[in-house]
Amino acid sequence: MTWVRATLFACVVLPAAAAAQNLATASEPGSRGGRLVCAQRAEPKTLNPVLASDIASREVIHRMMGDLVHINRGTHATEPALATHWTISPDGRRFTLRLRRGVRFSDGHPFDADDVLFTFEVYLDPQLHSPQRDLLMVAGKPLSVRKQDSHTVVFETAAPYAPAERLFDSIAMLPRHLLEKPYREGRLAKVWNLNTPPAEIAGLGPFRLKEYAAGQHVVLERNPYYWKVDRAGTRLPYLDALLFVFVSGEDAQIMRFEAGETDVIGRVGARNFAALEKGQGGRGYALRDLGPSLEYNFLAFNLNDLAGRNLPRVEARQAWFREERFRQAVSAAVDREAIVKLVYGGHGTALWGHVTPGNRNWVHPGLATPPRSLDRARGLLKSAGYSWDGQGTLVDPGGSKVEFTIAASSSSAERGQIAAVVQEDLRQVGMRVRVVPLEFRALLDRLFQSRDFDAVLLGLGGGDADPAAEMNVWLSGGGTHLWDLGRTRPATPWEAEIDSLMNRQLITMRVAERKRLYARVQELVGAYLPVVPLASPHVLVGAKTGLGNFRPAVLDHYTLWNVEELYWRGRAAAGSR
Amino acid sequence: MWLIRASVRRRGLVAALALLGAVHGAVLLAGFLAPYDPAEQDRRHPYAPPGVAGCEPGPCPVRWFVRDAAGRPRLFAVDAPARIFVLGSDQYGRDQLARLLHGGRVSLAAGLLAAALSLGLGWIAGAVAGYRGGWLDAVLMRASEFFVALPWLYLLFAVRAFLPLEVPPETALLLIAAIIGLAGWARPARLVRGVVLSAKERGYVLAARGFGASHFHILRRHVLPQTVGVALTQAALLVPQYVLAEVTLSFLGLGVGEPVASWGNMLAALAQYHVLVSYWWMVLPGVAMVPVFLGYLSLAGAVIESRDSIGL
Repeated sequence: MTWVRATLFACVVLPAAAAAQNLATASEPGSRGGRLVCAQRAEPKTLNPVLASDIASREVIHRMMGDLVHINRGTHATEPALATHWTISPDGRRFTLRLRRGVRFSDGHPFDADDVLFTFEVYLDPQLHSPQRDLLMVAGKPLSVRKQDSHTVVFETAAPYAPAERLFDSIAMLPRHLLEKPYREGRLAKVWNLNTPPAEIAGLGPFRLKEYAAGQHVVLERNPYYWKVDRAGTRLPYLDALLFVFVSGEDAQIMRFEAGETDVIGRVGARNFAALEKGQGGRGYALRDLGPSLEYNFLAFNLNDLAGRNLPRVEARQAWFREERFRQAVSAAVDREAIVKLVYGGHGTALWGHVTPGNRNWVHPGLATPPRSLDRARGLLKSAGYSWDGQGTLVDPGGSKVEFTIAASSSSAERGQIAAVVQEDLRQVGMRVRVVPLEFRALLDRLFQSRDFDAVLLGLGGGDADPAAEMNVWLSGGGTHLWDLGRTRPATPWEAEIDSLMNRQLITMRVAERKRLYARVQELVGAYLPVVPLASPHVLVGAKTGLGNFRPAVLDHYTLWNVEELYWRGRAAAGSR
Repeated sequence: MWLIRASVRRRGLVAALALLGAVHGAVLLAGFLAPYDPAEQDRRHPYAPPGVAGCEPGPCPVRWFVRDAAGRPRLFAVDAPARIFVLGSDQYGRDQLARLLHGGRVSLAAGLLAAALSLGLGWIAGAVAGYRGGWLDAVLMRASEFFVALPWLYLLFAVRAFLPLEVPPETALLLIAAIIGLAGWARPARLVRGVVLSAKERGYVLAARGFGASHFHILRRHVLPQTVGVALTQAALLVPQYVLAEVTLSFLGLGVGEPVASWGNMLAALAQYHVLVSYWWMVLPGVAMVPVFLGYLSLAGAVIESRDSIGL
């Protein structure tokens, strides 16, 4: 049962899922044995799921932990995990989850509703500052949890929340028998660090900690108590061990993968992907272009209210940026296909809206995709009172030359390259643009603190596919409304409409209606261009050809999301590892 | 005159000057020697290898002494839509030869300007400190020790990071030269001071002083000429060092910004693995620096030998 169906019939109490002892229906039965070697760009900072915020830690922790309801990265829909099924009350606020019976932690201790209650008590504890706490707040209030019986828990939200099931994904269920004591003693933040003996860490995921060698690797071993089985009834995971080696930098990872020292590589840059493609035939690995990711790169102009900030130069230029026809002209002048070709080597997709085709359930298929047209750009500028001087430089209605800077993170080569393409495109309509690479923290400081920038090239959207993940971006008062932060009320009627649509889709339980509302948001963004969407990089991954059930996805945890199903084809492959 | 006489005697000096003359001449004539503008993108031909691109069905003969679409004279070209990329093209289909020559202007100009500034400041400070002595000498030398001890590259990063975002390329070039030059005055100052300390005690200087010559006259006529050799050697050593500093800053994105070319921002592409393994012609800006460095270092060696032979 998917989230889609569950919400479609939200007016009745509904058993949510197929009994789903076996979730690996799309997977081929594999054989036991072998280990998988993956490279990580950094060492995990912690093994404590409550506090982990960095990618490296989460990558390891999620292989050791289990969640109640899981987002299937292949289908983008929710599916039962430690909760076998659930019901939703008619008002969309109460969720009753039935827990899987007979499940044990990786140390053999049984799992029940008390562990769930303890887990949410910990995650919602404001003293612990868990990064997930915000996700568990609906309408500004935390989820409430109560136990109905040893295998039934009831969650209530302060307001109807359409994608509520998705909240449970990646909330790692904690072993109360191991963590309650340190939690009551106020020591939870200090436990499950990298020096903790493996025997003191237990989870409900397919693997458990075996060894950590500082600066070198983390080794996870098969969890013999893992609950999932395959179609043939074989208990998963198939692999005996999972080895994360620390290799900083994408280039070094590419070299290690090319040399056969690692088995899987995820999120390869487009150009490195092309370099790897040359060796694809003979070196025993296969590469996959999964199509557009959820990440959308865009150009945002500074539309902030700068009163009292003493930024007269930027304020003067905001007269251009606030003009819709100016932004539309910029959009018309940008050669998105050139970005795809030059920056992504063809492994990217041009965007005219903020939802990428990779988000197949929510992208608006009817969104206009006008081709690049310098004539249209000039026409729009002319209609807004702009003209050109003798050297072809664009001049605003007040007689000032149109010159501005585009800031881009110096740590992202691809965004710098996009900025260079945009710079040349805008030169062709007479705009003088300077590209300024900034260290990422300096860039964030300008965005969130000083607001001292003209335009910025950014990328967003690496999280969940559901529009709820974009609330902070599109609400006028949202914390990630980067181009115009801190608004207490929408600045324009169309922004007020976006606010209204986003708020309505969040509490609308009918999926079709949510889609209609969110499609309208995409239309408004495409028409008024508070940001100019440019392109989305494809998700590019690779793995050894002998790796079975390798089904990478465009959602986060791109390659290892179904790690329990991965196996080495053939005894030789398994035996050699 | 001594330099000319020495150059006749010393082949090394001639060769170094010839090499540097050729490099600087080529860079000065970039607009004529290169067939395209350095910022002009040809998006049909990213990473085109050296040769003629888009020559279909062909042939595409190379035409000499032509005028481009804007009427500017060019040494050579091929008929559009074909493009001639003598040193290949970069990611945006920009001509690497044009960028190498125009980029050389930025990198060499930054090196020369910074060296001139360092040397000028160092010469003045060293001469004053050495000749005047006393507290002024002590203050200047303590300051020079401070500057010598500074990790200047990190200092450059810090100072460049504080500069305003919106710096036009010309201003950026001057700023870089100024920052590098200001940070490097101490070494020439200490060397000049040493020569001045020695020169001011020589017999003819004492005699001039005895005859009532002014300090300015003694400095100009008897002391400073002794420092010319040191200053020239320093100049020959400082220019390549400062070219490298500019290249480093631009490589790290702190120099002149795109689309203006410099050897540093051209080499920045090599920080990407795929460029390194796939497009050998992108290494050429690095190769171009070799004759420049060799030329200046040979020049410095030849100047030292000349100084020794003619007693400077």
